[in-house]
Amino acid sequence: MTVKNPPATRFNLLTTLTRFREFGIIIIILILTVLVSLRAPVFLTPGNFRDILVDISILVIVALAQTIVILTHGIDLSVGSSIGLVAMMVAFTIKANPNISLVLVVLLGMALGAMLGTFNGLIIAIGKVPPIIATLGTLGIYRGMVFLYSQGYWVPPYQLPDAFKMLAKGTPLGVPNIIIFAIVAAILVYYFLNYTRTGRNIYAVGSNPEAAQYVGIRKQRIIFLVYVLAGIAAGLAGVLWASRFESSQTNTALGFELQTVAASIVGGVSISGGVGTVPGVLLGALLLGMINNAVTLVRISPFWEQAAQGLLILIAVVSDILILRGTQRNKS
Amino acid sequence: MKESTIPSTAEPQTANQISINAPRKAFLARLQRWEWMLVALVVAAIVINSRLTPYFLNAQNLSRTSADFMELGLMMLPMVFIIITGNIDLSVASNLGMCASLMAVLWNLHFDIWVAAAAGLALGTLGGALNGFLIARVKLPALVATLGTYAFFRGIAYVLLGDQAGVGYPPAFTYLGQGMIPGTLIPFSVGLFVVLAVIFGLVLHRTTFGRYIYAIGNNENASIYAGVPVARIKLIIFTVSGFMSALAGLVLAARFGSTRPDIGTGLELTVITAAVLGGVDINGGSGTMVGAALSLLLIGLVRFGMGLKNVQDQVQTIAIGSLLILSILIASIARTISAGGVKLSRRTVGLAIVFIIIFAAFFFFFYWSRAPVIKSVFG
Repeated sequence: MTVKNPPATRFNLLTTLTRFREFGIIIIILILTVLVSLRAPVFLTPGNFRDILVDISILVIVALAQTIVILTHGIDLSVGSSIGLVAMMVAFTIKANPNISLVLVVLLGMALGAMLGTFNGLIIAIGKVPPIIATLGTLGIYRGMVFLYSQGYWVPPYQLPDAFKMLAKGTPLGVPNIIIFAIVAAILVYYFLNYTRTGRNIYAVGSNPEAAQYVGIRKQRIIFLVYVLAGIAAGLAGVLWASRFESSQTNTALGFELQTVAASIVGGVSISGGVGTVPGVLLGALLLGMINNAVTLVRISPFWEQAAQGLLILIAVVSDILILRGTQRNKS
Repeated sequence: MKESTIPSTAEPQTANQISINAPRKAFLARLQRWEWMLVALVVAAIVINSRLTPYFLNAQNLSRTSADFMELGLMMLPMVFIIITGNIDLSVASNLGMCASLMAVLWNLHFDIWVAAAAGLALGTLGGALNGFLIARVKLPALVATLGTYAFFRGIAYVLLGDQAGVGYPPAFTYLGQGMIPGTLIPFSVGLFVVLAVIFGLVLHRTTFGRYIYAIGNNENASIYAGVPVARIKLIIFTVSGFMSALAGLVLAARFGSTRPDIGTGLELTVITAAVLGGVDINGGSGTMVGAALSLLLIGLVRFGMGLKNVQDQVQTIAIGSLLILSILIASIARTISAGGVKLSRRTVGLAIVFIIIFAAFFFFFYWSRAPVIKSVFG
């Protein structure tokens, strides 16, 4: 039925608005940049920029997957626990088999994550459990499994082989690998959402589930798929997390799920589904990363970090909704 | 508007009539479903627990444990209101931390403890009002607004208390969390919870305000047209939620006898779990206070029983999470079967086998990959 569904056919007003929303985040980012670099000139150096990118790489990977889920009017609260579980399982596997190939490790992590996502997808798409309930449940279950698996032990840095530590911070291409992972993920998700039929169907399911079913989109299948994708992203993030922090602990990525949701909504993704773009989410994650970085550079007490982040999330979403309302008034 | 296609957990919609008087029959009909299921589960938990360990049916043990769940209960009461209107409040535990931290700071600055406690309550109410304002007036989705204040309030807690801690509260204050009602074995906090639960239950099930809450949850637009002051009601319930979070913060600080800025981290998810397990529909429109209270009791019993059997706290979350998912899944499966069942085509069977193999492979790996490590750890 859907022969071609290129992005150009998207509702024109919507495109203008989404562009405008990203514009809003860019302005906040610019203001922050100017203010911070006045206090701390080092903020505007390439080295610092690289640090920020390294910091947000894992966030970008998972926030993009979270965005795909939110586009279908769902939410995945279990990603933090999934990352923790995959990081723990992968770390123990490497500890037992130090010579394992890195490609295999990454694939293993993604496969484990996919399994966790499959479980979420099944109970949501087939079992008809509301996404927030299902993933709230698996948030507890997966985190509990981390403890069951590790028995309270952790994998300290000296037990991990150097090759694995270089997976995230190695620079064969000039920039740390972890950034490459994030960039590749962003390109893949951008292509997937904008230029594949399944990607367009995700938007369709999110903006009007009933209409989507009438035109022959298999809603259940799409919903199942997005949770599997979120699981795969969480699995990859788990491997990268263990590699970057050179260890795996029972509280790895605790509370990370809310950061991924925050990056998405600051990036203009609508929590009620159907609206959101990859560039927006990248900017949202960048803004969160810049705030963390700036708080340190400006030598504000680190205790202010979370308050500043929370305040900026609030400012971003409030200004977003006010701008949106303003533009709608102008159009009508 | 998107209508949710996920039907409620417990019962067919009975609250479609937006009448001022509570439909008495419907209320009884409700009781026959999910609440009895919870009662059965509670009885089962008591029987299993008392079989498993002789320490379970011990009045002192039970009394001490019951106090451990009261801050959850205090936050759950307004959460039931909020979820029935189709909203959610993720900020409760952060608000709790913020208020407990303010109280600790003032106490460290040698203010009177009750002045400090009152300031904490005031700040919590203010925080709740901020949520209410963002949701009712600015019209942010509740999930978004309270996600922001979730980070913001916890941040304020760290700003206030930093690396300090509030300690050495006077006995008159710690009585809130540790004391017993004189002459009984009932902790004061349990008494407080019961009284407040009755008040919240009466407001929800016996007043116009309560009917409005169901009306908003069933159809917000229709409620606006029907003259229900939707914005004001949202503002009120979120403000009340802030106040109750602050109260829970005082009780928790009194029970611990000390305050750190990370106090109560992560409790919001348990609070929501308790409400939803109690049959409150996450999409709004239905749920009872009795059910929520029963589910709190169930969670308490399950955790207490597992604790007596030396199951780690963190592993207990597996049981709670499974309970939450199963409570909805079983109802959903029952509906599917009664609606004509699943067609057992070759394809569905094939898919089921594929999924079983996937999960089996995962659990095989889960244990297999861990076995050598466990051996090396225990020699």
